[in-house]
Amino acid sequence: MVAEGVLAARETSWSSAVSLEEHAVLAASELGSLISTLALEGYSVIGPAVRDGAIVYSAIESIQDLPQGWADEQAPGKYRLSPRNDDSFFGYVVGPQSWKKFLHPPEVRLWQAERQDGSFRILNNEATPEKAKAFLGVRACELAAIRIQDRVLLEDRYRDPIYEARRASAFVIAVQCTQAASTCFCSSMGTGPAVSEGADLVLTELQSGSHRFLVRAGTDRGSEVLSKLRTTAATEADLHQAQDGVQAAAATQVRSIDQNGIQELLYQNFEHPRWENLAARCLSCANCTMVCPTCFCTTVEDTSTVTGNHAERWRRWDSCFTQAFSYIHGGSIRNSSKSRYRQWITHKLAAWKDQFGSSGCVGCGRCITWCPVGIDITEEVRALRNGGDHGDS
Amino acid sequence: MATAVKADAMVTQPYLIRDVSKETYDTFTLKLEPDKGSNHTQFQPGQFSMLWVFGVGELPISISGDPDEEERLVYTVRSVGQATNALVTRSVGEAIGVRGPFGTGWPLEAARGHDVIVVAGGIGLAPLRPVIYEVLNHRKDYGRLVILYGARSPRDLLYRKELASWARQKETQVLTSVDYGGMSWRGHVGVVTSLFKYARLKPSRSVAMVCGPEIMMRFVTRELETYGLSRSDIFLSMERNMKCAVGFCGHCQYGPHFICKEGPVFRFEQLRPLLEKYEL
Ligand SMILES: Cc1cc2nc3c(=O)[nH]c(=O)nc-3n(C[C@H](O)[C@H](O)[C@H](O)COP(=O)(O)OP(=O)(O)OC[C@H]3O[C@@H](n4cnc5c(N)ncnc54)[C@H](O)[C@@H]3O)c2cc1C
Ligand code: SF4
Ligand code: SF4
Repeated sequence: MVAEGVLAARETSWSSAVSLEEHAVLAASELGSLISTLALEGYSVIGPAVRDGAIVYSAIESIQDLPQGWADEQAPGKYRLSPRNDDSFFGYVVGPQSWKKFLHPPEVRLWQAERQDGSFRILNNEATPEKAKAFLGVRACELAAIRIQDRVLLEDRYRDPIYEARRASAFVIAVQCTQAASTCFCSSMGTGPAVSEGADLVLTELQSGSHRFLVRAGTDRGSEVLSKLRTTAATEADLHQAQDGVQAAAATQVRSIDQNGIQELLYQNFEHPRWENLAARCLSCANCTMVCPTCFCTTVEDTSTVTGNHAERWRRWDSCFTQAFSYIHGGSIRNSSKSRYRQWITHKLAAWKDQFGSSGCVGCGRCITWCPVGIDITEEVRALRNGGDHGDS
Repeated sequence: MATAVKADAMVTQPYLIRDVSKETYDTFTLKLEPDKGSNHTQFQPGQFSMLWVFGVGELPISISGDPDEEERLVYTVRSVGQATNALVTRSVGEAIGVRGPFGTGWPLEAARGHDVIVVAGGIGLAPLRPVIYEVLNHRKDYGRLVILYGARSPRDLLYRKELASWARQKETQVLTSVDYGGMSWRGHVGVVTSLFKYARLKPSRSVAMVCGPEIMMRFVTRELETYGLSRSDIFLSMERNMKCAVGFCGHCQYGPHFICKEGPVFRFEQLRPLLEKYEL
């Protein structure tokens, strides 16, 4: 029953490094008290919920709001919710949204200005969000994506105060995946499905025997919250069940990106027939960049009131798939859609490593699922490697 | 890793326009002083600011003034569209927003003791003017100064009076060329690279600083190499779309580089493989 991939995964998995004492067991019936404890601690709890046929992240008040009993079926260009044959709360993989929406908001006012005595003054720099958030159900790949955005927005030459305030106050409850979607390839990106570090609490949902969660605290404030919950001691059996689930999520992944020489591959194939082939399929709709948890590009918009006395500067998510993105006087640098897809994938998989020391892709598969024409980043890399230029593999 | 952490690098500061002067039919030089409450920061030649016009928008514009003249920020703007037009039509006394300065400067430290070649095309002379001021202000610290400047036509030449006065300075040579001369033009006609044969300096001990349209920089770098300059002694200033200037917006990416923070001034060595690529 145990495939080779599973054995390999076992060696590098999280549980080899963690001990029984660090873990506890939370009954599924106690999940609600985790939510209410976080609310009492002053967090607004954000978690998964079913909306318009998809799992999205929104405010959670009780376990009633969670997508209990739902699974997501994903394939290139396809997403569908279907009922599970159990009552898992986290029985789906990832939806169209990511936590980026809360940490690096789709639109935010940078500042306002008001005319005054022939000059103007800046009114406020909206750096603080209303209330600290607790993110319930953060996947390993999503946590990796948050750390990638930390690197870009906090750890380079400048710090983004908007991201910083939201990030510093966020309480992260990771939930390890015990299944993968057909679009997942976190294993090959080294970002999951096991959660290593960076979460305040790490849960693994267990079904066999009784419905429960294996839980471990990753930080002091995680321990503090955990100490307020009714838990029982974890057993070896709990640990093994969790481990097997996570390993199954790794072993069942059918997609991958071979990281070997990936930078050279992309840099050296700036001219390649595959780009034309891609351009013939890609709609330049920018869906892939909007759903991607690491894409950070933004644009700004300056507005002013009719009287002209008040002005505002807004920042919004932008996409390298638009023609305006690279516009300078005289015309856009990346005019063809071929050049824009090439920019996206080359940045993600190659340039990102030069810029920030890691890949810009965590293997969550969202860009594959939410591409209306089902373009698959893993397949495109494979085609470049094989020198092929055919649309289908 | 995170140095110079300025949380407010995204927030503009009011500056007052103290002078607007016409350089050509479409290009104007603005002199600004910080409004009360705004901080003044020193700049390095080659750096740029983000200039914001109330209710219009924000643009990257290079600093074109004298680095030794500390109280003022000077910009030379060519009106090519809505935002640049809004900038050049401001009047003295009005306020505009300034962020910055941002980016890398020209390698003036490294150029000390060497001959300096300035090669500019069109508005590209603006970010190089601070270099010329610096060399002339500290004449003994540098070798010869050769300025090669190309514009579309005689009426597009910037800083005409200054060009003439620079030409009269010691150890300084100014060569200009236009693409289309017209009846009254008695100077050189042709692309800027055609001026190289008149330059008097030692390629082996020179540092070149180049700014102009990308196509021009491709030819100029080739010519400078042929002329005997090493790739590590040639510097270019690049232009891309820039929304934030602090490395967050992603617009100015050029291969692995962010032009706003690693540039705009780059060593030619760094860019050579990229310059040959179109739509990068
Ligand atoms: C580092 C740097 C230094 C520069 N220095 C100078 C200088 O010293 N003098 C000078 O005259 N010009 C300079 N420019 C070019 C100047 O920024 C553009 O000419 C100007 O942005 C054009 O805007 P526009 O609205 O007038 O023209 P259009 O071409 O009509 O542009 C329309 C709109 O496109 C957007 N846009 C166009 N170009 C850019 C850009 N580069 N970045 C962000 N958005 C853009 C803006 O929203 C603009 O309003 C520099 C550019 C860069 C990147
Ligand atoms: S590129 Fe695609 S698979 Fe990779 S992180 Fe972004 S959305 Fe996920
Ligand atoms: S790859 Fe797909 S999702 Fe991305 S821009 Fe092209 S068509 Fe849209």
